[in-house]
Amino acid sequence: MSKPKVFEKPSGVKDYLPGAVERLRCIEERVLTCMKRWGYRRILTPTIEYYDTVGVMSATSDKKLFKLLDNRGKTLVLRSEMTAPIARVVASVLKDERLPIRLAYHANVFRAFEDESGRDAEFFQTGVELVGDASADADAEVIALAVASLKAAGLSEFKLALGHQGLLNGLLGELLDGMPAEQDQLRERLLARDYVGYRRLIRGFDVSPAVKEKLLGVLELQGGREVCEKVAGFTSQPSTQAAIGHLCEIWDALQSYGVSGYMTIDLTMIGNFSYYTGMIFEAYAAGLGFPVTSGGRYDNLLHSFGRPAPATGFALKTTRILEILGPVEEDSAKRVLILYVPERRAEALAEAAELRSTGEFTVVTRRIEAEEAPGAAAVMRQDGGPCDGMTADEVIVWTAEGRKGGAQG
Amino acid sequence: MSERLKIAMPKGRIYKQASKLFREAGLAIPDDFDDSRKLIIELPELGMDFIMAKPVDVPTYVEYGAADVGVVGKDVLMEENRDVYELLDLGIARCRMSVIGLPDWKPRHATVRVATKYPNVASQYFRENGQQVEVIKLNGSIELAPLIGLADHIVDMVETGQTIRENGLVELETIFHITSRLIANRVSYRLKSEAIEELCKRLETVIPD
Repeated sequence: MSKPKVFEKPSGVKDYLPGAVERLRCIEERVLTCMKRWGYRRILTPTIEYYDTVGVMSATSDKKLFKLLDNRGKTLVLRSEMTAPIARVVASVLKDERLPIRLAYHANVFRAFEDESGRDAEFFQTGVELVGDASADADAEVIALAVASLKAAGLSEFKLALGHQGLLNGLLGELLDGMPAEQDQLRERLLARDYVGYRRLIRGFDVSPAVKEKLLGVLELQGGREVCEKVAGFTSQPSTQAAIGHLCEIWDALQSYGVSGYMTIDLTMIGNFSYYTGMIFEAYAAGLGFPVTSGGRYDNLLHSFGRPAPATGFALKTTRILEILGPVEEDSAKRVLILYVPERRAEALAEAAELRSTGEFTVVTRRIEAEEAPGAAAVMRQDGGPCDGMTADEVIVWTAEGRKGGAQG
Repeated sequence: MSERLKIAMPKGRIYKQASKLFREAGLAIPDDFDDSRKLIIELPELGMDFIMAKPVDVPTYVEYGAADVGVVGKDVLMEENRDVYELLDLGIARCRMSVIGLPDWKPRHATVRVATKYPNVASQYFRENGQQVEVIKLNGSIELAPLIGLADHIVDMVETGQTIRENGLVELETIFHITSRLIANRVSYRLKSEAIEELCKRLETVIPD
């Protein structure tokens, strides 16, 4: 590898310019405000964690973790997601706080370079975790909050797909009883979204035509609430039936929240993280080829940190939402440029301070020399181009003689 | 996102078979595009746009959502490993991925050298078979490699086997069978589900066995 050129950054990371940062800040503020209104308190956790704890529990494949060594030779990771760090906090720092606990976050997370370009190595996520509530209503709450958050972020056209990890595992386990290898093969095909391969595998299985038909029928388990009724005919296992009941209840609760219109059930969905145990969901928005939100129930993760508790949550892929919405074009505040000659500095800066204190103006001040003063305002307007990233709505000039122009007329 | 379904079509050999299949499925695609150099073909009456892509790029367009769905060979899907839905086996452009070599080949190096246009497919196949090989990526005329001693074997797509026979090579093993597939973007699969489902249903009825 040759030495990097001076303009180069490590692949997968990027600079955010003012317009984008303004948008990002705006999304962050609106979404976190929305989450706060639902009772989720924001926390911050460290950027680095131990590999052996949060690193391993994050269910991010090893090659996608950024690893570093501390001065004692311990392996550290840059956090790859926020669910595991928050589980650590709930199980340790907050161990005496009563469940349920509702927490929100906005943070940058890191994934080591994927093979293909175009995937970020550092990106922002805004999300919540609801720890200590196993009910369908808790699942529905985080899904409804995800919808509210997407709206708060400024998206209008989006859809969500709802699956259930436990239900799918239960179905496969029942239909292919005693054939764990075959179950894994089918799960692998569904995870790869390879319906062709799924159908092909089933054709090769040594099972009855009735079982084959049901396995193929799993691919048809997509749609609205009718899917819950349809899948009921697939199973006689109490645990799977309980999962179906849970899914139906989530749907009914979502209806009460008034968000079921955004939802599709898709029981072929498999979550990206292996810690998911129950419902999982993803959100998709017009204008981008990748999901903008993912979440689900993870009832075993807290156990790994020593405080067994059911939990559910989601993360908005804030960087992707930023990509859809684009940078903020215009600052809504009126922009004022104050030019002053040195002997008028005190008056000019006082005026700037006064204008800024109203909260209605963005004020930039700049010193000019006496000989530039005549026609300075005209020159500034003529130049036309942005100065300090802004085109002034008003130009005020403080010359030796006094003040010309003005923000307030 | 436009209302029309954007379909990434592979230029060349597969396009003719794919457009024929689409026509059989009742989608009136004019056949004067078969040899056209146009990159985007608008078919407003069908609610579709064809994006004419190099076959190996089809999964990339679809993964990023630049196209909603695409038609692409399983060979490309296996090599590119993109995150897309694989919805239908279209049953066209049938061929196979094979290991090919000289009939009287004997190992000469400690590590076997394999030349291919499909380095990921080749290394995965040999690794799964417990063999470490050195993969050499070539871009065409792969059959040359064993003939002039660049590689011991090649991994390549075989349709009729004519090129292999004419060059005195033999097919040693079949790795997998290839047909063209209908693939879909993860977001389009949800947001344009009706149009995509409709396309699948139409195509399903005419897929050759």
